[in-house]
Amino acid sequence: MSTTDHAHRFFELADGLNAHLQGDEVLFTGLDRESSDFVRLNQNRVRQACNVQTAGLSLTLIDGERQVDGACELTGDAEADLALGRELLARLRERIPHVPDDPYLNISTEPSASETLLTAELPPAAEAIGTLTDLADGLDLVGIWASGDIAEGLASSLGHRHWHQSTSFNLDWSCYLDRDKAVKDGYSGFEWEPARLAERLDRQRERLTVMARPERTIEPGRYRAFLAPAAMQELIDMLAWGGFGLRDHRTRQTPLRALADGEVRLHPRLALTEDHGRGLAPRFTAEGFPLPERVALIEHGAFGRCLVDARSAKEYGEAVNAAADDPQSIALSAGDLPADEVLARLGTGLYIGNLWYGNWSDRNACRVTGMTRFGSFWVENGELAAPLAVMRFDDSLYGLLGERLEALTRERELLLSADTYDGRSTESALLPGALVSGIDLAL
Amino acid sequence: MFQAVSDLRSVATAFRAVAPKADYWTLRLVEESGEGLAVRDDVAEPASLGLSRGAMLTVVSGAGLGYAATSDLSPAGLRAAFDRAAEAAALHARLGLFDARFQPRSSLRAEYRSPVAEPWESQSLDQKLSLLFDACAGLDIDGRIVERTAWMSHHRADQLLVTSDGGDVRQRFEFVDSGLAATAHADGQTQTRRGGGADVPRQGGLERVAAGRLVEDAERVAGEAIALVEAPECPSGRGDLVLLPSQMALQIHESIGHPLELDRILGDERNYAGLSFVTPDMFGTYRYGSSLLNVTFDPTVSGELASYAADDDGTPAKRVHLIRDGILERPLGGALSQRRAGLTGSACARACGWHRPPIDRMANINLQPNEEGFDELIARVERGVLMDTNRSWSIDDSRNKFQFGCEWGRLIEDGELRGLVRNPGYRGISARFWRNLDGVGGRETLEVRGVRNCGKGEPNQSVYVGHASPPCLFRDVEIFGGGR
Repeated sequence: MSTTDHAHRFFELADGLNAHLQGDEVLFTGLDRESSDFVRLNQNRVRQACNVQTAGLSLTLIDGERQVDGACELTGDAEADLALGRELLARLRERIPHVPDDPYLNISTEPSASETLLTAELPPAAEAIGTLTDLADGLDLVGIWASGDIAEGLASSLGHRHWHQSTSFNLDWSCYLDRDKAVKDGYSGFEWEPARLAERLDRQRERLTVMARPERTIEPGRYRAFLAPAAMQELIDMLAWGGFGLRDHRTRQTPLRALADGEVRLHPRLALTEDHGRGLAPRFTAEGFPLPERVALIEHGAFGRCLVDARSAKEYGEAVNAAADDPQSIALSAGDLPADEVLARLGTGLYIGNLWYGNWSDRNACRVTGMTRFGSFWVENGELAAPLAVMRFDDSLYGLLGERLEALTRERELLLSADTYDGRSTESALLPGALVSGIDLAL
Repeated sequence: MFQAVSDLRSVATAFRAVAPKADYWTLRLVEESGEGLAVRDDVAEPASLGLSRGAMLTVVSGAGLGYAATSDLSPAGLRAAFDRAAEAAALHARLGLFDARFQPRSSLRAEYRSPVAEPWESQSLDQKLSLLFDACAGLDIDGRIVERTAWMSHHRADQLLVTSDGGDVRQRFEFVDSGLAATAHADGQTQTRRGGGADVPRQGGLERVAAGRLVEDAERVAGEAIALVEAPECPSGRGDLVLLPSQMALQIHESIGHPLELDRILGDERNYAGLSFVTPDMFGTYRYGSSLLNVTFDPTVSGELASYAADDDGTPAKRVHLIRDGILERPLGGALSQRRAGLTGSACARACGWHRPPIDRMANINLQPNEEGFDELIARVERGVLMDTNRSWSIDDSRNKFQFGCEWGRLIEDGELRGLVRNPGYRGISARFWRNLDGVGGRETLEVRGVRNCGKGEPNQSVYVGHASPPCLFRDVEIFGGGR
């Protein structure tokens, strides 16, 4: 079935459901569809190969000031799916008299339409895995290949028609030397080019030669450090966890309360943006609101604007600018540090390839803990000297991204999320690396 | 659409009639339904209803093992999924890590049903919302409370596993959760306290809401949120630590459960969830903790979060010791991992739903009680902190260096509980921490709890895991509080 066929069938289903509305009922119909190949690898061999096909239908039935939500899985058969949708609609109709008016009900009443098709010419998963295992011959490679189509659709009885579909691959892997000595990388997107994969694997082989040196164990304390873009992602993910949602701000739960209140300021060159215009994630909300090109979250080190989903917009009287209260397409401004001068500028300290398992030590102080993980090294006199024994950091982002931030790299990396808890994610982050005068290690 | 197991059986019967030839196959049919209700600041959030039905086909063909998931349960849909699983098996046969003949074959016939005293449907939507409005209103005790939430949810999963060897395992899992959260803010300090059953997840029906004292607990929860914003910071330094069962659940989960997972030890999880400081040679000899440490894998405890009759490969559930008198005995690994590793494990190949293949997971990992009363534990502490209710968790990829934060802390001085402290946290190294276990509460102090969001696997999977524990005393732990 072609891309347009999937969209056409979805809109037909939505129309079929709309035809069964009664009185002043309004219906928003959503679809999350995925057809994916997942291949897990360990020791450069296939551990678990799986094909997954899902199609989740979501309905929001609105009658006056009341609303109820429902979801079910579709089968792929048009007639059966219409019957399923109608049955779900009937269940929602039974429930709606029993819920109270919702003062924060907020839907777009202006019909809008969009279509995004991100296409790719991908090899079959078996062919790609064969290429990968050949190129990685001799490496202890572990990770996952994910590929195929994902689509999100939205239609409403008011006339909304939105469709966002992409075909892509996401190879997320690491190569191990021994125990926890490893380097990690990712190769993802819309054009599968084995030569680029080969280049990345060659770079990993080079890094593994340094990883083979005797490990450097350091004591807790403050260390000068460079955080690679993948490591920065863990810190930015922490900011995304409650940092920007309007409700988190109004209820004083955001870890950025002191920043928003002007009590502290981050580095003046730091700018953080929700970049809806990147186009990898849908540009519409479940309530039918189109999203702006971008939202300035932090500008010149000061707090900018919150992310406002439809419900919070109604509650607090602001305009909708996000589908959720956490960023989906975040971008951190580039700096002026050339990537090839990072080690020289660092001098002696830590090169942190990845951070992992971040969590809040104290939200009030924007204090985060987490671990160093893949591709982290001790650097001496501008050269990678030895692999670093894993260390726990516990530090405030107000310091790391504030007075201790020395530079951001000129080059940025576009990191496509490999997250698959709720299906293959469309989230992404565009991030530079960061040189800091100190990061606090606790254990 | 909304019928349960009898309907799944007709799907299985129809598939059996058209199932292609293979060395071995399993069909795992799952139908899940759920409902979520919440009231926030006296306003009902949109009520949600969820239904999902699908199948996972597992095919063994020669040396290959493959999986395919589909929501098309027609004979033609399942046949197509079978073909996709066979394609995946062909890839495994060509480039696989192990011979697919390691995959366990099951002819087990078994049934399981969660114990439910009061079905979710026995109360109307109006009654449930009314309860939530009452609970939310009960949190409104002070102007410094900036957000109040009460919630209730239901989740039912009917699962039918049939195999080409005649296996037939029918299970119904049912969960009702409830909870309260109150957030207080004053003088730049924000604190959240939860209760009303929020950290006591169990299988069951609406009786779980009564057990969580959803309405009755509101005043305590809000009062404690206020008390926390007024409390001094938890002091920093080394001292003794008493963990109540709610936090013990997290401590067991992260630094015993995960390190013992055999797929980590075999390296499958190294790119995501991590590996383990535990190595195969440690089983049978390694001193994991003090002699007070006795830990079981027990999916047979009635009503605990991850109780079942069989795992998702069709291996029958059985209680086994993981750690006995402090010595490590066996890993958490399903039959496939056991054969790959040459170790004896447990019935714990589990999937989070029909759209994911099973991997090694915890089920119920329980720390066995000893003999001391709670007061006796406290009486043996000269200087320390009591902590309860996890709010922050982080541990390294080998499951060794951890740091955990709690909602609630009380100082302990000269054998007595003293004042409240906020932002309490502690950090340590698993391999040393459990050896400093110096007190384990008695049977009367044991509480059955669990974790609802155990994440792992590629593609990612989140499952429910049970943990039972009494309060425990640990010596010489690094403790800290909040602030920059």
